[in-house]
Amino acid sequence: MSLPPPDLRPGEAAALTARTAARAADEGIAEVAYATVDSPVGRLVAVATPRGLARLAYELENGGLDEILDDVALRLSPAIVEAPAKLDLIRRELDEYFGGRRRDFDLPLDWSLSREGFRRRVLRECALIPFGATRTYKDMAIAAGSPSAFRAAGGALGSNPIPIVVPCHRVLASSGGLGGYTGGLERKRLLLSIEGRILM
Amino acid sequence: MTKTAARLPPFQRFLDAHSADVLRYLVASIGRHDADDAFQETFLSALRAYPRLSAGSNLRGWVLTIAHRKAIDVHRARGRNPVPVAEIHDGAQRSPPPGEGEGEGDHWERVRALPARQREVLTLRYAADLTHAEIASALGCTEEAARRAAADGLKNLRKELTDVAATA
Repeated sequence: MSLPPPDLRPGEAAALTARTAARAADEGIAEVAYATVDSPVGRLVAVATPRGLARLAYELENGGLDEILDDVALRLSPAIVEAPAKLDLIRRELDEYFGGRRRDFDLPLDWSLSREGFRRRVLRECALIPFGATRTYKDMAIAAGSPSAFRAAGGALGSNPIPIVVPCHRVLASSGGLGGYTGGLERKRLLLSIEGRILM
Repeated sequence: MTKTAARLPPFQRFLDAHSADVLRYLVASIGRHDADDAFQETFLSALRAYPRLSAGSNLRGWVLTIAHRKAIDVHRARGRNPVPVAEIHDGAQRSPPPGEGEGEGDHWERVRALPARQREVLTLRYAADLTHAEIASALGCTEEAARRAAADGLKNLRKELTDVAATA
C-alpha cells in the first residue's frame, strides 16, 4: 500500500509563504521586515523594524543576502520576514533620489545597529550633512565631541549600517581625497556626482 | 570552525525551507479547502515562539508538530459542526466541501475518514515524512504505539479498498 503525499500546484507554497510573511509583518508578529531594492549602485537590502529603517546594505559588498540577514538575525532578532510592503517608503525615496527628484530622505531611522557612544554620535552628525555639501573626517570628529579622533570617526562612518540615507559618502579626507567608503570608492564617486559634487 | 555556535536562521529562511512540506501535510490531513488558513496559523504561531527557540532544534519536526495541532483544531471544529452546509440559509454559493474535486488523491480523503489516531499517524508518516520517533514525540505517545496505529490505519485502508473493488 503506498500513500504518496499530495501534489502541490506550481508556485502554490511560494504564494502562500508570501501572504504569510506579509501578514506576520502587518500584525507585528515579525520584529524585522526586509526587501531587496534595485538601484544604480547595485542591489540593496533594506531592513526595517517598527522603529524605522535599521539597515541598508550593498548586497554584494556584504557577502550576499544570506549573510546580511544572518547578521541582522544575530544583532536584532531572528524573527525576520520578507515583506516588501513594509519597505515601500524607502524604495520610493531611493527611486526619487536616484532619479534626481529628491534631496533629503524623510523617514524614521532605527539606530540600534550602530554602537552607542562615539560611533553613533558620528553617524547622527553625518545624517545632518545636507545634500550637495561635504565634510572632512576631522569635521566629524569635532562634531562628535572628540576633535583628535578623526581616524575613529572614519571607522564609525565605515560601520554605517544605513549608507546613502545616512550620507557617509559626503565625508572626505582633509587632503581633498575621497577617503574610504563602505560600498567601495566607485559608488562614493557616483553618489557624489549625483549630488553635483564631482564630475564622473 | 567551532567558533560560531549554532544559531537560529532568519525566520524567512526557515519559512521558505519548510513551506512545501507543511502545506503538503495540511492538504493531506485536512483537505485543500482549509489548508491555506491552517498554513498561515501554523507559521504565525511558529514565529511567535521562534525567538525563544534554542538553536540546533529539529526545526522541521517542530513546525510539523505545530501544523499537526492546527489540523487537530480543524478536525475538532468539524466534529462540532458536522454538516456545515446544512446551516446555510442564504443560498449563497459556497466552496465545495473539503476534499471534493480538489485533486489531492482519493486516498487522503479515505485517510481523513479513519479514527483520529490512525489518521494522525498516517498523515505525519506519509505526507510529512516524519520518523516514527518524531511522530511519537508529536503525538505524545510511544514509538511502538505510533507504529501500531500506522499498521492499523493501513489495514483499514486496504480493507476499504477491497470492499470498494468488490462492490464495483
